[in-house]
Amino acid sequence: MYDVLIIGAGVIGGFIGRDLARYKLKVCVLEKNNDVTSGSSASNSAIIHSGYDPKEGSLKQKFNLLGNPAFDKVCDELDVPFKRVGSLTLATSEDELNSIKDLYKQGQSYKVKVSLLNRQEVKALEPNISDDVLGGLYAPSAAIIDPFSLTNHLFENAIDNGVKLFLNQEVIDISLTSKGSYEVKTKDNLYRSKVVINCAGLYADKVAEMIEDVPWKIIPKKGQYYVIDHSAKPFVNHIIFPTPTLKGKGILVTPTAMGDYLVGPTSDIVDDVDDTSTNSLTGAYIKENASKLIKDIPFKDSIRVFSGVRAASSTGDFIIEGLPTHKTFINVAGIESPGLSSSPAIGDYVVKKLVLPLFPNIKEKPYFNPRVRRYIRFKDLTEKEKEELIKKDPSYGEIVCVCEQISLGEILDLFTRPNPPTSIKAIRKRLELGFGKCQGGFCTPKLVKILASYFKVDMNEINYDNQSSYILKEKVKK
Amino acid sequence: MIKKDLVIIGGGSAGMGAALQANKLGIKSILIIEKEDTLGGILNQCIHTGFGLIEYKEELTGPEFLTRLEDKVKEEGIEYKLSSTVLSVSKDKVVTYSNSKEGVREVHAKAIIYAGGCYERNAGEIELGGKRISGIITAGQAQKYLNIYGYLVGKKIVILGSGDIGLIMARRFTLEGAKVICVAELSPYCNGLNRNVVQCLNDFDIPLYLSTTVKEVKGKDHVESVTLVSVDSKGTPIEGTEREIECDTLCLSVGLVPYLGPLNNLDLVKDKAGRIAVNQYKESSLPGLFICGNALHVHDIVDYVVEEAREAAKGAKAYLDNELSSQTETKITYGSNINYVVPQSVATPILTDFTLKFRVRSNLKDVSVYIYNNDTLISKTNYTALIPSQMVMINLKKDKLEEPINLSIKVEERK
Repeated sequence: MYDVLIIGAGVIGGFIGRDLARYKLKVCVLEKNNDVTSGSSASNSAIIHSGYDPKEGSLKQKFNLLGNPAFDKVCDELDVPFKRVGSLTLATSEDELNSIKDLYKQGQSYKVKVSLLNRQEVKALEPNISDDVLGGLYAPSAAIIDPFSLTNHLFENAIDNGVKLFLNQEVIDISLTSKGSYEVKTKDNLYRSKVVINCAGLYADKVAEMIEDVPWKIIPKKGQYYVIDHSAKPFVNHIIFPTPTLKGKGILVTPTAMGDYLVGPTSDIVDDVDDTSTNSLTGAYIKENASKLIKDIPFKDSIRVFSGVRAASSTGDFIIEGLPTHKTFINVAGIESPGLSSSPAIGDYVVKKLVLPLFPNIKEKPYFNPRVRRYIRFKDLTEKEKEELIKKDPSYGEIVCVCEQISLGEILDLFTRPNPPTSIKAIRKRLELGFGKCQGGFCTPKLVKILASYFKVDMNEINYDNQSSYILKEKVKK
Repeated sequence: MIKKDLVIIGGGSAGMGAALQANKLGIKSILIIEKEDTLGGILNQCIHTGFGLIEYKEELTGPEFLTRLEDKVKEEGIEYKLSSTVLSVSKDKVVTYSNSKEGVREVHAKAIIYAGGCYERNAGEIELGGKRISGIITAGQAQKYLNIYGYLVGKKIVILGSGDIGLIMARRFTLEGAKVICVAELSPYCNGLNRNVVQCLNDFDIPLYLSTTVKEVKGKDHVESVTLVSVDSKGTPIEGTEREIECDTLCLSVGLVPYLGPLNNLDLVKDKAGRIAVNQYKESSLPGLFICGNALHVHDIVDYVVEEAREAAKGAKAYLDNELSSQTETKITYGSNINYVVPQSVATPILTDFTLKFRVRSNLKDVSVYIYNNDTLISKTNYTALIPSQMVMINLKKDKLEEPINLSIKVEERK
C-alpha cells in the first residue's frame, strides 16, 4: 500500500513527487510512456514567464507569481540549464501600445518588475526588431530553461530520495475501496494507495472520470514550433512576445537554454490529444507572424519542426483540488501556459495544502538530499578540465554526437543514475544529443549499439521511444 | 604543442585523396584526423559497384575503392588518427581534436584541408508534415543499418526523394526481401543518375512518381502510413490528389548538405546556399584553409571527389610555398538558370589550368555553355541535354585567361 500514488511523470508529477519525497511517505509514480518527460512537459516554449500576464484572481496568476522566483534554487539543486534573459513584449500599433501600457500597470500591481521601453530603447536591446515595432514591455525576470533536464532531474532526485517510478503503466481503471483507499489498475499491475494525485496532463479528464464525473474537460490545443540551430548567427537575446490578444500569447521568438532558438507556437484546438503532427501551412503562418517582430529570422538554419499539445481546461484556469466528496483524490489538471512557470509553486501547494493535511502526524525525512549529482557537460569544460577528465575516464574523449560534441562518457554516466534511459529518445532528452544539424543522422546508429550492448539485447530490440517504436525491423539472412 | 605542415580533417575519399597528392608533392608532415574507427568515410557502407571508372578504369565497390586509397596511405606512411573528433579550428589554424587515448590535443597546422563530407537532409530540414515517430529514416542511415549492421529498417517502404542513395537503397531493400512501394520525387525530374533509375527501379518494377511529395506521416508510435500528394510546377500540393499508402517506413533521400560543424566559428565567406566559398585552389576566405569533396559541394561520383581533393592538395602546396600570398580575387558571375558554381571566385595571378564546376536549375535541352572573360568568349561547349543531377565541368586553360579576370557563365538554348 502506497501513501500517495501520482499518475503522470510530467513536470507537475515531478515537482509533487520530489516535494513528497521530503516526508516519510511511501510514494510512487505511474507513467504510461516508456520515459518521463513525454508529453507537454517535453514540447513547450521552454520559458519561465515573469507573471504580469494572467488574469487577476486566477490560479494561473497566483502560481505563476509564486513559481517564477523559485527557479533559481531549483535549477541550482537539480543542475538544470536556466537563464534569466528577460522578456520583451513588442507593440506594432497604437492599439498594442495601449495594451502593453495596461499590462505594465497590471505587472506593477502584481509586483512584477516591468518597464515600458520606446522603440530606440527596444532596439538597443534587440537590434533585429522589425521596422513596425513601436515600443515594448520589458520584464527582466522572465527566463529560459531546459525543460527536459528539469523534469528528468526532478524524477532523478525524487527516486534518489525514495520515490518509486513505474514506466509503461497506463492507468485503465481506478476504484475506491470500502476502506477509503484506491486500487489503480494498469494493463499488467494493480497498485494500492491511500491518496491518488491525477497529473495525467492531456488525459487528466479521462483519469478523473475513472473515479467520478467532473464538471470540466481537457481541451487539447496544439502548438507548432520551429527550432533554429545554434550555428545560425545570434539574432535575438531576449524572449520576444507579440502583444497578447484574446486568442493567447501569440508567436514568440526566443533563444533556448540549450543554445538554439525557438519560434512558435500556434494555438489550434485538436480532436486527438496525441495529435503532435506538423504541417506546412502552419509553418508559413509562424514565419509570417514571427517576422512582424524580428527581421530576417534565419529559417534556413531550421533543424526541426515539432508540435506540442497544451492540456488546457474548459474552465480556462488551472484545476488544483481534491474531489469535494473524496479529498484523497486530487486533480491537478488544465496545466497549460503558464504551467511550466507555475510548476514549483503548484508542487509546493499540492503537497503542503492538499496532501499533508491528510497525514496529520507525518514527519520530514532527516536525510533528504535536494541535489542531483552534477552532470559533466564535456563541451562546456576548459581544455585543461577535458584533459584531466579523459585521463581519469577515457570514454569522455570519444565524441558520439559530433554536432553537439557529446561524449561517450556522458552517455555511460546516465546508466549510473536513477531512471536510466532505455530508448534513443530518452538519451536525446537527457543530453540534447542528436539536436544538431544532422538530427541524429550520424549518432543514432551508434546509440543503438550502445543501448544494445548495455542492456545485452539484440539491436532490433532497441526502441526509438515507446515500446512499439522499433528502429530495426529484422536481421537479414546471412 | 604538435606542429604539422598539413592537417587534413576527414579520412574519407577526399581526405585520403588529398593526403596522397600532398605527399606526392613533397609536403613533409601530414596528419589525417578521422572521427570514425576506419578510414574511407561513407564508402564503407556503399557495397554496390560503380566506383572507380575514371580513377582506376574499372568498376569497383565502395569498400574496394577505399581500400586502394587506404593501402596507398599506409604504404606511403602518411600519419592518420582514427576515432578522433575535431572539436574546433581556430583562425590561426590550431586544430583541436579529442579521442579516448590521447585526450584533447592541439595541432598547429601551416595549412588545413577540410574534407569533412556531408550529412543527409532530414525530416526537420524539409519540414516533413505529420508525426515525428520512428520509421522515418534517412537513406544513408538505412544503408548503414543494412550493409554494416545487417538489419532491415522495415518491410513496406516508401522512399521520398530520388537521390542516388535512395535509388540504390530501393534495390538493396528489395533484394533483402522488403517491398519498396514507390519512390516519390518533388521535382518534375529524377535527381539520381540515369543508370541508377534503370538498374535500381526499372529492373525491379518500382514506380517513380515525379512531382509528388509526402504531405503527412501517420502512426501512433511508429509509421503506419504516408499520404502522398501531387504538386504543381511550383512545388505546391494540388488539393484532391492525396492518396494514403500503408507502409512501415518512410526512407528519406532528399539531398546531402556539407557538414561544417568544426568550422562554425570561423565566419568564412559562404555562397547563397551556405557552401563555403573558395577560389580555384579550393582555398576559403581564411588563407591556408582549403575545402574539398562533399564538404565543399556534393559530387555525382567519388572519382570527381578524389580529383578535386588533388586540386586542394596542389593549392595547399602552393600556399606552403608562398605562391598564393599576393593574390586578388574576383567573383564568378552566372546566369539565373545555373544553381551554383565552384569555385565561387578566381584568384589572380592564375598559376595553373583549373576546372569550373556547376549545376543547372532544371532540365535543359540542346544548350550551349559559354564562358566569358570580361566580354571575350573563351570557351563554348554544346550539350544535347543538361540536368540538375549532372555536374557540368569545364576546363579552363591558364594561357587563355588574360588579366584582368572577370569570368561569367551563360547557358543558352541553341538556335
